[in-house]
Amino acid sequence: MLDTIKIAETPEGVELKLTCVSFFARSLAWGIDALIQGFIILLLLFVLPQLGDFGTGLLLIIFFFLHWLYPVFFEIYFQGQTPGKKMMKIQVLLIDGTMVNWGASLLRNLLRTVDFLPFFYALGVATMLMSKDFRRLGDLVANTIVVYKRELKEKVLQNQGETEIKAYAPDMALSAKEQQIILSYAERVNHFSPERAEELALLAVPLLNDLPVSQQQEKISSSASERILGIANYLMGRR
Amino acid sequence: MNQEQFIHAHEQQWLILEVLLNPSLKSLLKGKAENELKKSWLESWKKKRAAKKKPLQKSPNEEKIALLEPDIIYQADFPGLYREVCQHLSLAQSRRYSPYLIERLNFLISQAHQVFYRQSHVHGESALASLIAFFTTTFPQAVRSESQWVWFSSLVFYLPLILMIILIQFWPEFVYSVMSPDTVSGMEAMYEPQADHIGRERGSDSDSKMFGFYIFNNTSIGFRTFATGLLLGVGSILTLLFNGLHIGSAAGHLTQIGYGGTFWPFVSGHSALELTAIALSGAAGLKLGFSLLMPGRKSRYQAMLDAAKISVKIMGGAAVMFFIAAFVEAFWSSSQSVPANIKYAVGIAMWLMVFAYFAFSGHEQSDWPEDDRR
Repeated sequence: MLDTIKIAETPEGVELKLTCVSFFARSLAWGIDALIQGFIILLLLFVLPQLGDFGTGLLLIIFFFLHWLYPVFFEIYFQGQTPGKKMMKIQVLLIDGTMVNWGASLLRNLLRTVDFLPFFYALGVATMLMSKDFRRLGDLVANTIVVYKRELKEKVLQNQGETEIKAYAPDMALSAKEQQIILSYAERVNHFSPERAEELALLAVPLLNDLPVSQQQEKISSSASERILGIANYLMGRR
Repeated sequence: MNQEQFIHAHEQQWLILEVLLNPSLKSLLKGKAENELKKSWLESWKKKRAAKKKPLQKSPNEEKIALLEPDIIYQADFPGLYREVCQHLSLAQSRRYSPYLIERLNFLISQAHQVFYRQSHVHGESALASLIAFFTTTFPQAVRSESQWVWFSSLVFYLPLILMIILIQFWPEFVYSVMSPDTVSGMEAMYEPQADHIGRERGSDSDSKMFGFYIFNNTSIGFRTFATGLLLGVGSILTLLFNGLHIGSAAGHLTQIGYGGTFWPFVSGHSALELTAIALSGAAGLKLGFSLLMPGRKSRYQAMLDAAKISVKIMGGAAVMFFIAAFVEAFWSSSQSVPANIKYAVGIAMWLMVFAYFAFSGHEQSDWPEDDRR
């Protein structure tokens, strides 16, 4: 089990895997947000003082809200994502995997003050590096966690292979673990170069025993990987 | 049942759930009634998307979704569907179906879980209703339930404040132990009886500018008082002490040099809201910090989590009190035309209102749901 994965159990007894976000990605998201906030302030610094004292008052109020409540607003109304977090494809969730609420969002963002101590988020960074799930003090108090937002990836196997490669029943019984490995291989095969796909497939020696040897050694043919993909199709029930 | 059969049997439910979770996918269905032939419609839709050069799909299953009957979506039962797909995920995991399938179901479930268990007052239509419920019940209830911390915080804040006022009447030079001579002379200029604008450094500063300044400055101080409480309460105590000493020596010094006639009417209006808000911010911070020192029968971390839930409510209410205080300070306290007696009367009325608010409001049951899950 990877140690950056946090398991949250739903009341239905289903385990959700939350992938914790490391310190580096979080700093980048913070940096993007800081740039956006800075840009808005800079823009307003040019525009608002033209309106005289009223403008200055407005500037101070906007500055207050940008400083303290900008993250809260986005975390509540945009699925736990400030613009910076959205660009990094990460989001804030409560520890049980549900959306962050007002109380938790307010807590984690007000406690930035403490995370900032004694200079430039030193305490926050130290806590993040020491805690198992990369949580800063604000996250620990609010019981929140920053995770990668789930995205459904493009299908890999379904569109490819099912017609071309015939299902092949393996000559031996495969353990559950071995079946998983073959299925994972089939799903990722499109990300490999044909040579690499073949090289990996050749590792499954017992499954390839009956393949002609010359084919394996001369020029590159896709026979071994085809065999494994055939077995994968068999395992998935495409007979 | 092998994986293919499993997918064949249940995929429609997954697609329906996906559409329910992602309403933008409904656009794939709407156009369908107008197109007689599903296939031809799909073709034209594909062309349209290619023309728009939108490589980003909303879902990898768009083509299958486009083939769904719109009626199925409108009649779908979300909770039932959610529980069924939960079961599918468990089955898929225990039967060790392919990782992609498990990932797909896991994705659906995690989205549905967030929608199903989200707290209504966060995104609900009744945002205003829950805001009203917060101020009529939750906030005063939280303050009453933590009255020990409110009294403790008030003691740390008001004791040095009152002590400084009294001390400076007898030993006027005491003010310089807290403030620098520059600060003292600046303050004297602000409350000089001949000044055209009381309580401000320059007469030209308008009400609206000062409103912005008070919101920015005072509320930020409140937030910091609360947050630094996490450091075992030390931050809150220091901030409370410092503010108490500072405000006390300002009041004491101005009274002692005879500027009381301009100072006290100025501060009387907003004093109730602002001083109480400072004390409440401190109480919230102390509650948070001392939960780590004195966790009782809970673990320290659990005690802090529980304390944080209550203290953030107090801080949220206090923040709004800071806003109102800033408004009063900027637009009422500074006005020259109002006689001092009326200002005193308003000030006393405000104190009575603040006390009455915390003593008498919110005795009925709270509408705010008890969120234990945070």
